[in-house]
Amino acid sequence: MTPLRILIVDDEPPIRRFLRTALAAQDYRVEEAGDGEAALEFLKRNPVDLIILDLGLPGMDGLEVVRQLRAGGSATPIIILSSRDDEAGKVAALDLGADDYVSKPFGVEELSARVRAALRHRLQQEGEKPLFKSGDLSVDLVRRIVTAREQEVKLTPREYDLLRLFISHAGKVLTHNFILKEVWGGQSDVQYLRIYIRTLRQKLEADPQQPRLILTEQGVGYRLRAAD
Amino acid sequence: MTDTDRFTSEERRPSPEALLKEAGQAGRGRLKIFLGAAPGVGKTYEMLVQARRRKLDGVDVVIGVVETHGRVETDLLTKGLETVPKKRMPYKGRVLAEMDLDAILQRRPRLVLVDELAHDNAPGSRHPKRYLDVEELLSSGIDVYTTLNVQHVESLNDVVAQITKVRVRETVPDSILDRADDIELVDLTPEDLLQRLKDGKVYLPGAAERAAQNYFVPGNLAALRELALRRTAQRVDAQMVDYMRAHAIAGPWEASERLLVAVNARPGAAAAIRYARRLADRLRASWTAIHIETGTASEAERDRVAQALRLAERMGGVAATVPAASEAEGVLQFARANNVTHIVTMAGRGSRWLEFFRPSTAQEIIRQAGEMSVHVVPDRAGGKEIADKAVPVRSPLEPRAFLGSLVFSAAGLGVALLLRQTMAVSNVALVLLVAVLASAVAFGLWPSLFACLICALAYNFFFLPPLYTFTIAEPENVVTLLVFVLVAGIASNLTARVRMQAIVARQRAATTEDLYRFSRKLSGIATLDDLLWATAYQVAHMLHLHVVLLLPEQENLQVRAGYPPEDTLEEGDLAAAKWAFEHGQEAGRGADTLPGAKRLFLPMRTARGIVAIIGLDSQQDGALLTSDQRRLLDSLSDQTALAIERLHLAEEMDRARVAAETDKLRSALLTSISHDLRTPLASILGSASSLKQYRSQLSETDQGELLGTIQDEAERLNRFIANLLDMTRLESGALAPNLELIELGDVVGSVLRRASLQNHSVQLDLEPGLPMLRLDPVLFEQVLFNLIDNAVKYAPPGTVIALRARREGKVVEMSILDEGPGLPDEDRERIFDKFYRVRAGDRQRAGTGLGLAIARGFMEAMGGTVTAANRSDRSGAVFTLTLPMP
Repeated sequence: MTPLRILIVDDEPPIRRFLRTALAAQDYRVEEAGDGEAALEFLKRNPVDLIILDLGLPGMDGLEVVRQLRAGGSATPIIILSSRDDEAGKVAALDLGADDYVSKPFGVEELSARVRAALRHRLQQEGEKPLFKSGDLSVDLVRRIVTAREQEVKLTPREYDLLRLFISHAGKVLTHNFILKEVWGGQSDVQYLRIYIRTLRQKLEADPQQPRLILTEQGVGYRLRAAD
Repeated sequence: MTDTDRFTSEERRPSPEALLKEAGQAGRGRLKIFLGAAPGVGKTYEMLVQARRRKLDGVDVVIGVVETHGRVETDLLTKGLETVPKKRMPYKGRVLAEMDLDAILQRRPRLVLVDELAHDNAPGSRHPKRYLDVEELLSSGIDVYTTLNVQHVESLNDVVAQITKVRVRETVPDSILDRADDIELVDLTPEDLLQRLKDGKVYLPGAAERAAQNYFVPGNLAALRELALRRTAQRVDAQMVDYMRAHAIAGPWEASERLLVAVNARPGAAAAIRYARRLADRLRASWTAIHIETGTASEAERDRVAQALRLAERMGGVAATVPAASEAEGVLQFARANNVTHIVTMAGRGSRWLEFFRPSTAQEIIRQAGEMSVHVVPDRAGGKEIADKAVPVRSPLEPRAFLGSLVFSAAGLGVALLLRQTMAVSNVALVLLVAVLASAVAFGLWPSLFACLICALAYNFFFLPPLYTFTIAEPENVVTLLVFVLVAGIASNLTARVRMQAIVARQRAATTEDLYRFSRKLSGIATLDDLLWATAYQVAHMLHLHVVLLLPEQENLQVRAGYPPEDTLEEGDLAAAKWAFEHGQEAGRGADTLPGAKRLFLPMRTARGIVAIIGLDSQQDGALLTSDQRRLLDSLSDQTALAIERLHLAEEMDRARVAAETDKLRSALLTSISHDLRTPLASILGSASSLKQYRSQLSETDQGELLGTIQDEAERLNRFIANLLDMTRLESGALAPNLELIELGDVVGSVLRRASLQNHSVQLDLEPGLPMLRLDPVLFEQVLFNLIDNAVKYAPPGTVIALRARREGKVVEMSILDEGPGLPDEDRERIFDKFYRVRAGDRQRAGTGLGLAIARGFMEAMGGTVTAANRSDRSGAVFTLTLPMP
């Protein structure tokens, strides 16, 4: 099997250096670009399987790179590197079509997990399995049966739609806007969403106060634990 | 029509004034006045009896001042009541004892006894009158019991003087009686009082003893007693009305009556005002004292008018000054415009014969008053007190004016003599009339009357037969001459009056123009000092006074401007200024408070409060301001106060802007820290976690690379933190350079070692024989390091960085030149700002934005400078340090 190709776009050489080393150790083939223009130029000729993109680039910034890539019809998964306090930037990038994000500074395991989730998601979309299992939760997507801790759980149609959305993006962060658009057609607000999340947690989580399945990404959205 | 008829239901709600009056009482002390008809009725005794009763109720009572005049029974009553010792005040070699106001204020009793409300304080006291002391006690929340004889009440002063033929100087304004919460009449029948007098139980001051024979007669005492009773009854009535107003009880008190009193410079004005006040009280009318300005008043007359208007204000009236052609016309116009129902005016003093030709003001008013009632009061000073008897002061008669009218007359005569050849004698008179009128236009009334006389004589001499004598042959010519004199006289009079009005109008226009210019000037002024100076100058210029302006600064008043310039005030003046500022009322010379001060201090206020105090004095004695000037000053002060407030607001806005910029700086700092701390941290953390996680999968080289990254980035982090600390030291001013003599080459060598340039070559060009320099080696090395670091960041790899040092006069100049793109013009100075970075369009690694700011801060701390420019020989930036030679 040919190794998966990952493009790292960051203006800081030390960061590129350790990412290259760490990702190469996991048998990815790593390409590098120092700014947005170089990245776009590279991608025109060389298809990659995943892009790790710094938001704070000199010249063309990361958001613009995401916009141009998605506008050009590329579906390549994109993971954003951003500062922890830049919620607006994260949300904007995700809304523009980025797949996930990691806040600097980060451990390499965290990034690796995101990379795996993003790559798996791409594969899942191509052929989804009829049974989803993650921790205590299992969902029969054909018969629409939800089981938590070995007990069948009754969900309202709207709750099921929400859970279904999470499952089809399991392990990935979903922004509030995205969820609202997909489940409610964009006709509702975040407060509404929070209430649904709470009831879902009450029905699915062992301890709704300390959720392990549906995780909150503060200021950005929610993430469902990846499938086992 | 009765008053009640005027009522409609919607008016049956509490009147705002009445409610305000009630609210105004809150927090104030209560005033009780023991009112007596004459000395000896037992006011002090009664006051003490009641005070003792209050004391038994547990009230904290002290005696501020009580005159027992050695009478045993009164003396006994003071026992057991605490007495605040009097203040001893040296005055002209004697020592006067006065009530110690400050001691009482400090003692803060619940109730203080202050005998003899009408007492005049010794010169040098804070207030000239005791009732003003009482006002201050009340306003600081202390209750006061006081005593008063009816003869001292301002509005009754005339009446009492008429009854008893003795005028007392010490008076209290009616307003204090109106404001009293309680008035108790201490009544004694005339017979009992006379008996007490006989028994020696009545104390009379030395002067009064002589008058006592005339004063203490049953008739007088009965009249005084009636006055006192009436005044008390009136007061009770007023209280009831107040109550009814405050509680919206309809009553026959609608202030539909309006009273107008015409005031002029005649000595009876004060009496007319007192009369008006009494009448207004009886009618429950609001009242206005009006002065009609016809433009003929002398300075002294204007002063007297101003005094009369102030008296009116003191007695609760409104004062106004209105220009008009004649007094009667002005009064009637104002009266009609303001729905006045009663007019009080003074009877003329001219003879009846004269009045036939020119009706007096009073007659004119009566004729045209229509439905208004007209009260005519005699024009008399009424008593001996008004000593400053009206000395008729005319505008100074200029000899030149008379000379001028003489010339006009001569010219007229010349023309007349020429015309006489061809014309009838009667026509010649017209030419002379022209000369008289010309004199009136040019010089005013008296010179024109003088011209009239000259022309009449000349006419007789030159034109009426027998010629060249002053005799007249034909009777008809006598008539001609008389008619001439009459016509010339009337015409001069009219013309002169028109001229006077024109002058007044011109003066007003000039004043208005001045005010307008002043306000335009104020609006253009940007600094407080300029504004204050302009104001001081303007006020001094327009009012011919010396001016100081004081502004509050940290709890204190400071002189901020003066014309003529003045920096400090004497203690007394400062005290008066402070009082004016704290109480929002005038103080100092001519005012009720601290009249001993050299200057008069007035508050300048806006809606937000008092912004400044203006102090005025002049070298002349007498009143500082006429009422006109006072009004002018008021408008000047208002404008200035507004302008001061405008500047204050501008300052506040500036402060807000600075705060906003500080915020911007803070967010720049946050961004910088977030980027510059996090990036190396991210590399370190990422490399370390990679090593930990995937050590087995990594080759030796890879591991070495990750470890190298960790070390490099940790050093970068360290540099950044050191920069931040340097900046903090600079900002906090804690930086004390440790200056020593150093060799430039030494420092350059060590900084180059430290910078360890890998991608750039260095060209050193230090002039031989440079002197040792007095610098802090550590700081200077940091400066050089930061500049070289900056050059490395911006100049492309493989280029040359040059270091040059030259001796230039008294300094050594050192330059750091790079071969990068150079500096954008607009960034030349800003690059030294904290957190400012030239926008890197290429993939340059952006720095901390602190390096150059630190370089400049350090250089300045060592007495040098650093500037930035572009190279002239090629592209690239050059940073130049000037290093002072020891």
